[in-house]
Amino acid sequence: MIEAIPTQFIIIFVGLLAVMAFVGLNAIVLVYLERKVAGFIHRRPGPYEVGPPCFPHGILQPFADGLKLVGKQLFTPRGADSILFWLAPMISIAPAIVCFIVIPFGPHLQIVNTNVGLVLILAFTGINVLALCLAGWASQNKYGLIGAARDISQGVAYEIPLLLVVLSVVFMTGTFNLFDIADGQGAWPWQWYIFYQPLAFIIFFICALAETNRNPFDLPEAESELTAGFHTEYSGMGFACFFLAEYAYMVVASCIIAILFLGGFQGPVLPGGWWFLAKVYVLLLIMIWIRWTFPRVRFDQLLNICWKWLIPLAVLNLLITLAVIAI
Amino acid sequence: MNLDLRLDTSGDFYARKFQPTKREDTLILNMGPQHPSTHGVLRIILEIDGEYILRAEPVLGYIHRMHEKMAEVMSYPQYLPNPARTDYLHGLAWNWAHVAAVERLMGLEVPERAEYIRVITCELNRITSHLLWWGAYLLDLGAFTPIMYAFDDRERIQDILQRITGSRLTYCYYRFGGVSNDIDDRFIEETRKQCSRMKPRFKMFKDLVTDNFILRKRVEEIGEIPADTCRKYGATGPVLRGSGVPYDVRRAEPYSVYDRFDFNIPSYDTCDAMGRYLVRMDEMQESIKIIEQALDTLPEGDYIMPKAPKKPKPPAGDVYFALEGARGKIGFHLVSDGDKSPYRLKLRAPGFSNLSLFSEVSEGVLIADAVSILGSLDLVIP
Repeated sequence: MIEAIPTQFIIIFVGLLAVMAFVGLNAIVLVYLERKVAGFIHRRPGPYEVGPPCFPHGILQPFADGLKLVGKQLFTPRGADSILFWLAPMISIAPAIVCFIVIPFGPHLQIVNTNVGLVLILAFTGINVLALCLAGWASQNKYGLIGAARDISQGVAYEIPLLLVVLSVVFMTGTFNLFDIADGQGAWPWQWYIFYQPLAFIIFFICALAETNRNPFDLPEAESELTAGFHTEYSGMGFACFFLAEYAYMVVASCIIAILFLGGFQGPVLPGGWWFLAKVYVLLLIMIWIRWTFPRVRFDQLLNICWKWLIPLAVLNLLITLAVIAI
Repeated sequence: MNLDLRLDTSGDFYARKFQPTKREDTLILNMGPQHPSTHGVLRIILEIDGEYILRAEPVLGYIHRMHEKMAEVMSYPQYLPNPARTDYLHGLAWNWAHVAAVERLMGLEVPERAEYIRVITCELNRITSHLLWWGAYLLDLGAFTPIMYAFDDRERIQDILQRITGSRLTYCYYRFGGVSNDIDDRFIEETRKQCSRMKPRFKMFKDLVTDNFILRKRVEEIGEIPADTCRKYGATGPVLRGSGVPYDVRRAEPYSVYDRFDFNIPSYDTCDAMGRYLVRMDEMQESIKIIEQALDTLPEGDYIMPKAPKKPKPPAGDVYFALEGARGKIGFHLVSDGDKSPYRLKLRAPGFSNLSLFSEVSEGVLIADAVSILGSLDLVIP
């Protein structure tokens, strides 16, 4: 007789499928949003005429982009380590999807409620650095190599202030459980942790930009210096995986910011899920806005910002938090 | 897997001729000819240690089009469209230099109205050139938006010029003894409107971009070129003025009617990329001042000499004519033996002299700074 499949397993399986759909849908929306917001900031219409006229404002653009990427030839450059070369995009995208299973999207909308949710996300997002390192190394391209080297030093450096500010929130709440953290905040904005930890919020946001390689910290893929950095040699779905992973990590970062500092699914009147989505998208919009506004920083400046400003400030923030808790 | 990344084992002639420094564990990197920030087809061989550049060597000739040789086999009117192709961003200045060199050799007297028209159109073209540089430079530094704002103004100016000259980029407007087409009231009106439209925009550019903290960190004290280095390599234009030497051909040896206008020669003695940046930003405003003065005092008369030679045959002899382009001093050395085509024509392209100092300046800087320096030189590879 066959043992019944454990319910937990089924939940995770269905959840992962749902998350994949969510990530894909998010990517479609974000591609469109990014192009339109860029167009708005550039004072041009952005994508406008895609497909038949019954689809106005170029809303088919993300599908056209996706179709183009799927249809492209998968090309391995000569001299590249083909196993590592094709492993890298998979390593990049897989942890991004896993991260979503512990995120509480609403009061009753969470796949796995675990005590170590925050730690799990921080651990899985760290794997991305490895993927980019592999991609840069295996593609046998000097620009890729420099991009990978940049990404490692950037990723490792910015992980530290990120963890320190997360710690200060964790000390405040006494839990790593994302649901409990979100649940502990009130429905109204002044009850959110951003008012208790404004400095932590700013540091976390800057670190999130750096960790997701967004402008002004997009040095690993700095177009004008390294052509495209670590994904110079990737075509088709290989490139699309990195692209998708970047957007997925942006969403993960926005989710965590929303949970830790902006009350997660808490909000007046509307049901929780909508509040959560609204907060996440406001944060994403700010990220896109920053990308199209600022020039890129230089590499030594990037590390100086981290080691000379963010880490001391994060430590200070942590100490103050501890002192306040002790009193 | 080929792990020997130090040397490109199957490199070409220049890669094999490249002499690396004695340092070990360095990487030879080819920047260009297809690279987003070496605008055009410039190639630079870099030897880098981590992010630091130990040696940089520009490799030229990827877009060599033999303009000098072409002049020798073409008659003077046939060569008229060529000069604008050498510097496609400030085509009218090259057009002017060619025409003026022939005029000086033949002793032609250009009508006053034609000279004014030349000044107005050339200065408009200078603004478009600087605007494009501004957008592209910020693109190099990672800011995507300014180029769209620059193109907004640039397109309007090009629309104005298109009506009169017939082209938008590679102009062929000046003729021996004048210009090919008279300007009308609509041109004057539109130019005035554009000038008054651009004045407040420079303030916006300053607030939005020039005063940006990240940008200032990227351009200030980067790529310091002392005035001596400029002299050594023959750098001119905004590069020289950004090093504190207020040398401008329009003021130093005034040609045409430039001595009648009141304008400043902006120069900054910070010698860094910011100095060159500010020189160009100020120059656009000075150009607007010149255009407005020229429109106010535009004389009536012919736009081309009544008996302008259609097929000029300058007398035997040689002449040198220099004028101030957007990138520096443009020189035409014309040697004629009295035939219908020149015996020899030597072009002095400012971009060439400005590029040659890059190798010295970029030693020991970061790759990102090298991109910033290269952008601040404003090269058009002829």
